[in-house]
Amino acid sequence: MTSKLTVRSFFVMALLGLLGLAFWALAANYTPDAELNRTAAYYAANTAEETGAQNIVSAIIVTYRGLDTLGEVTVLFLTAAIVALVLSQSKAPRGGSGSGFLPSGELLTTGTQMLVPIIMLFGAYVFVNGHLTPGGGFQGGAILASGILLLLLAEPSRRFGHALIGRIESLSGVVYVALGIAGIVFAGGFLDNRILGLGSFGSILSAGAIPLIYILIGLKVGAEFSSILESLEETEDA
Amino acid sequence: MLSQIALATGFVLILMGLYGALTHHNILRMIVGFTLADTGVNLVLVAVGYMPGRTAPIMDSAVPVADASARIIDPVPQALVLTAIVIGLGVTALMLAYAYRLFRMRRSLDISKFTELKW
Repeated sequence: MTSKLTVRSFFVMALLGLLGLAFWALAANYTPDAELNRTAAYYAANTAEETGAQNIVSAIIVTYRGLDTLGEVTVLFLTAAIVALVLSQSKAPRGGSGSGFLPSGELLTTGTQMLVPIIMLFGAYVFVNGHLTPGGGFQGGAILASGILLLLLAEPSRRFGHALIGRIESLSGVVYVALGIAGIVFAGGFLDNRILGLGSFGSILSAGAIPLIYILIGLKVGAEFSSILESLEETEDA
Repeated sequence: MLSQIALATGFVLILMGLYGALTHHNILRMIVGFTLADTGVNLVLVAVGYMPGRTAPIMDSAVPVADASARIIDPVPQALVLTAIVIGLGVTALMLAYAYRLFRMRRSLDISKFTELKW
């Protein structure tokens, strides 16, 4: 047993050593670029004119690589669905869940009542302003889900409506795809943001469909994260 | 200098995560190792996009539109890392769900108790 163990750890160390050597070779001679590469220079020069967004990262995510983002949201949806499927067989019976919960305490309960509305508002702020400031749909959605997590921590036996979360999620997904198709019909291509006017650069109602799409992504991501959290929480031993 | 430090930290995190995932027997510790390696990859990607003396790719009063190419760092790695973070979260959630199922099956999280696929 011991000899086998040492052989195994020898292989692990050898493998990691080789990988570390490769990393060393990459890092030792690394010098940061002095100029933007061609793709980045294109985005820097044309984002303001083509999309009207202040935040170039948002413009790349929602418009230039919008199809990628649609695929990403789909991956997240699949994850939520598979987690629910894998955990559905070990769901706790309705009402009493798991191994008898300790009361969550006055501090957490009161704090939750105070903080959850503010957290939700902040999440909405982050995804509505995604085209102007750092932030966007994914970050805002994660903040929304953190509010849901706080609710679950304060009251572990609480059950949110799966139907409501599912409806928000599928509705925003359908509208997202419909906006993409509207881009083919009314503008240059799938998920083109110029179906709406670009507005004045830097104001909240600008950048065409980017704020709209980011709101939908925020709602969808928030709903998906919440449903993952809920599936994990509803298990019997939780 | 900053990008070298970030790059080295990212590489060290990847190695630490892989070491943890390969040597530990507890499935939860292996998942923690994988998330560490994931964070390291993201850090390396962001560090590659960093350029000294430049600012974030957001065009406001500090970065006029006409001057953007000379003032901002590479926005593409940041967009890619956003994708990577979200996919990493999905992978972690799936790993946790499967770990829970395995725990229900054997009442244990020790990977050496699962011998069906061993040869």
